[in-house]
Amino acid sequence: MNDNPLIPLFGYFAMLSLFAVGGANAAIPEMHRIAVDVMHWMSDRQFADSFAIAQISPGPNIIIVTLIGYHVAGLAGAAVATVAMCGPTCVFAFLVARTWDHFKEARWRIAIQAGLVPVSLGLIGASAFVLARSADHNIYAALITAVTAIVAFATRINPLWLFAAGGILGLSGWL
Amino acid sequence: MIVDQRGWMTAEEFNEAFALSQFLPGPNVVNFSVVFGSRFGGAAGAAVALAGLMGPPLIIVTVLAFLYAQFGDIEMLGRILAGITSAAVGLLIAVVAKMAAPLFRKRWDWAPLIAIAAFVGVAIMQWPLPLVFVVLAPISIGLAWIKR
Repeated sequence: MNDNPLIPLFGYFAMLSLFAVGGANAAIPEMHRIAVDVMHWMSDRQFADSFAIAQISPGPNIIIVTLIGYHVAGLAGAAVATVAMCGPTCVFAFLVARTWDHFKEARWRIAIQAGLVPVSLGLIGASAFVLARSADHNIYAALITAVTAIVAFATRINPLWLFAAGGILGLSGWL
Repeated sequence: MIVDQRGWMTAEEFNEAFALSQFLPGPNVVNFSVVFGSRFGGAAGAAVALAGLMGPPLIIVTVLAFLYAQFGDIEMLGRILAGITSAAVGLLIAVVAKMAAPLFRKRWDWAPLIAIAAFVGVAIMQWPLPLVFVVLAPISIGLAWIKR
């Protein structure tokens, strides 16, 4: 009975969806901690691969939960993980959207918005750190990361080009 | 498209809805589709917008998940994905840098400290995200409240 992976899959992602301020990018370390370290659903490399696939897929990056769910429990796992990650936050967003406009100038609303920015910044930074540890095992991989960071910061290039370049360099066998 | 082509929203309404979905928990785009959809058709509008956003990508990504389950062990594929991940990490760093620039450029106040604390708690100490959030978010919001 307790072996059914769908239950923890749902529980973890439903909870995560309510704390992931800053979106998918902020939730990566916690997903990694749960899926790799705590539940041993997948290896470090499988997690990094799932992240890469979610990045190059169309649609929101949060779709990584669909990949994790599929890996754990096939189609049912994919469905459960996706609903768990999107469901609670959608209900929340719907409720807040109806009342939010009334408090446009409220001081507490401005404080919440300003206060959450640095938190999500730190979380996204943590995502980059956790993924770099999974992916950048040698100097060439770290170089790809560094160059991509500079190019993406300095230009408005479509990220798909950077992914393509990274993929080709990866294929070349240096990594 | 929502503003310019369809005239569904004014630019101001769009920015407003976008700001709201940025700081709601969970995936931003998903939140945006719900906020946006609900402006038009209430719950039904939100559901339609969400289905339109998530439906096609979900089908594609499920196919990719199936393919990865079948062929994920192929070394060549692994190398390509590793390269993409390295590039994607670079992209994340650029996002962080862009977000951080205005926070750190202002005179040294509490915001960078909160960001660093969140980073250390989650990345270095590997504490659970809900724990870090429950401690830091109220502090940060409180500081933002006092400063105004």
